[in-house]
Amino acid sequence: MTSKAGREITYAEALREALSQEMRRDQNVILMGEDIGAYGGGFKVTKGLLEEFGPERVKDTPISEAAIVGLALGAALGGLRPVAEIMYMDFLPIGTEQLVCQAAKMHFTSAGQLAVPLVVRTQYSLGRIHASQHSQFFPVWFMNTPGLKVVLPSTPHDAKGLLMASIREDNPVLFIEAGLLYRTKGPVPEQPYSTEIGKAEVKRIGDDVSIIAVSRMVIEALKAAEDLEEEGISVEVVDIRTLNPLDRQTVVESVRKTGRAVVAADDSKTGGVTAEIVTTIVEGAFDYLDAPPARVASPDLPIPFSPPLEREYMAGAEDLVSTARKVVS
Amino acid sequence: MAKVVGEISEISRVDPTQFEELGLTDDVLLQMLHNMLVIRRFEEKVENLYLYEAAIQGPAHLYLGEEAIAVGVCAAIGERALILSNHRGHGHALAKGIEAKRVMAELFGKDTGICRGIGGSMHACIDPSKGALWASAIVGSNVPIAAGVALAKKLRGEGDKIVATFFGDGATNTGAFHEGINLASMWKLPVIFVCENNQYAISMRADVAVTSQRIVDRAVSYGIRGVLVDGNDVTCVYSAAREASDRARKGQGPTLLECVTYRLKGHGVYDQSAYRPKEEAEPWWEREPIARLSKTVTGLGIATKRQIEEMDAEVTREIEQAVEFAKNSDYPSFDLLGEVTYSK
Repeated sequence: MTSKAGREITYAEALREALSQEMRRDQNVILMGEDIGAYGGGFKVTKGLLEEFGPERVKDTPISEAAIVGLALGAALGGLRPVAEIMYMDFLPIGTEQLVCQAAKMHFTSAGQLAVPLVVRTQYSLGRIHASQHSQFFPVWFMNTPGLKVVLPSTPHDAKGLLMASIREDNPVLFIEAGLLYRTKGPVPEQPYSTEIGKAEVKRIGDDVSIIAVSRMVIEALKAAEDLEEEGISVEVVDIRTLNPLDRQTVVESVRKTGRAVVAADDSKTGGVTAEIVTTIVEGAFDYLDAPPARVASPDLPIPFSPPLEREYMAGAEDLVSTARKVVS
Repeated sequence: MAKVVGEISEISRVDPTQFEELGLTDDVLLQMLHNMLVIRRFEEKVENLYLYEAAIQGPAHLYLGEEAIAVGVCAAIGERALILSNHRGHGHALAKGIEAKRVMAELFGKDTGICRGIGGSMHACIDPSKGALWASAIVGSNVPIAAGVALAKKLRGEGDKIVATFFGDGATNTGAFHEGINLASMWKLPVIFVCENNQYAISMRADVAVTSQRIVDRAVSYGIRGVLVDGNDVTCVYSAAREASDRARKGQGPTLLECVTYRLKGHGVYDQSAYRPKEEAEPWWEREPIARLSKTVTGLGIATKRQIEEMDAEVTREIEQAVEFAKNSDYPSFDLLGEVTYSK
């Protein structure tokens, strides 16, 4: 805990450290969102920041997602580097017009005259027993929006590095956190660092099958890889990390090596991110495949409240283990 | 001059004896007349190019008849102030000093246009070097964005860079309008919300769609100042915008200006307005803003009728040259699109 190399903090603490270090470095960085001040944010990511940076830079807003994204966007045009927080991804559609139709179009429509250094942070709460309107995850809406960047960290290390990179980015970034991961711990350097947006990472090297995963499913994939290793199946885990731009090269290289692929994400299967990643594999590694690529995703159903039903709804390490076994057999 | 009704004022006439004190010098009046003529001749030309020459394609929403609003506001807020525009933005661009030829070339989709042809008519008012920051073609959306720009200027201590945003009566029924003004009021931001009430949102009449008595009354519910303005009298618009600018610069927060005007043409150049009686426009042609300012200027002896005609002829020549410039320019290459999708 105390040694520099091995210091471990949670995913939420890593995000907070990125915000506070960037705010100390650059006074143009401001935060706005619902209950991010004295309350510390719906998931305590901004806890303590009001005390350190004051109400001019840590701005509590009314429940007005269109205004949160819209004002943050305007502030970016006006010379600041705002980070807006949308408490649940389910609330993002109210501000999506500002993000998709305005922010993502400004550099383009102005033929490069305008830059939009805007970050919109949000999180999806699948697995937290929040029912159909507080659990959703629909990253493809934004992946399908040229002009936006879409970043999804799975570890505390990436959470800090990717958030710092997002704040320094001159394009609008949708930064999607996984609510279930806020309390997970991992090694995070104390000094500021930036992790490149647009690069997937091989989180575990293996030979027999590639599991290409998004956000929370990366953690499930790493658990599955441990179990499969005991059965003698060597798994490579690729963490997509950013969906827009999509690092097709890392995906294709991994599958060309292993010849087998399981693609995993928490969104619904039909038209989901897994569809695009499988297509990438088919386009780039078809001749290397020893088996059809398989997918592990959420069913094409809204998310239920009843706790056992939600558990059944969600995919996890066991689903990855059984799917990988089939693909390898 | 300003009759206060609750939190709402009304400006329907500015007495010429007050012109000097308000900053409406002879030069300012003549410059405003010139700029209004530029917009008028530009828009007439656009209509012709669209309808009879098919030289311009896609939507083009004319500002014809509404010239006094953009010109009065832009003159009053000052060159350092910033504006945001909407889908009906040719007039805003020209009033903010963007060259007519660059706006015209944009309407032609040419590489020499203000957005290199990528934006077109609905995004022709984007030139940060002139203080024109963004033009949203989605109705109402520029309200929160303008408030955000004002927030940045306030926090960065650039207090002279106040913000004005232009939108129509239709925008005042959107959620973005409500959310944006509410937050701008809460944070007392230096922004002027300029509603150009031209009485129609395509075919939907404002007096049907706006359920408050008047749009300006909505200011009361946000705790901000509202001013009902004769939008066809540029001296009224100037006076109201000047007071709103002073308030913004002093940290007294936003103002909602309802500038009442009339959309003399269809929603876009292609729209023949079959849904409204033709005679409805007649009294508005009599109240159109250029003739009114010309009358004021000649009445005060600032310029003769002949001098105004000469000015008009010069403007008409400039617009012809703008069309030639646009026609002779090249289209952008498709490669440009990939270069400007992301900032590098």
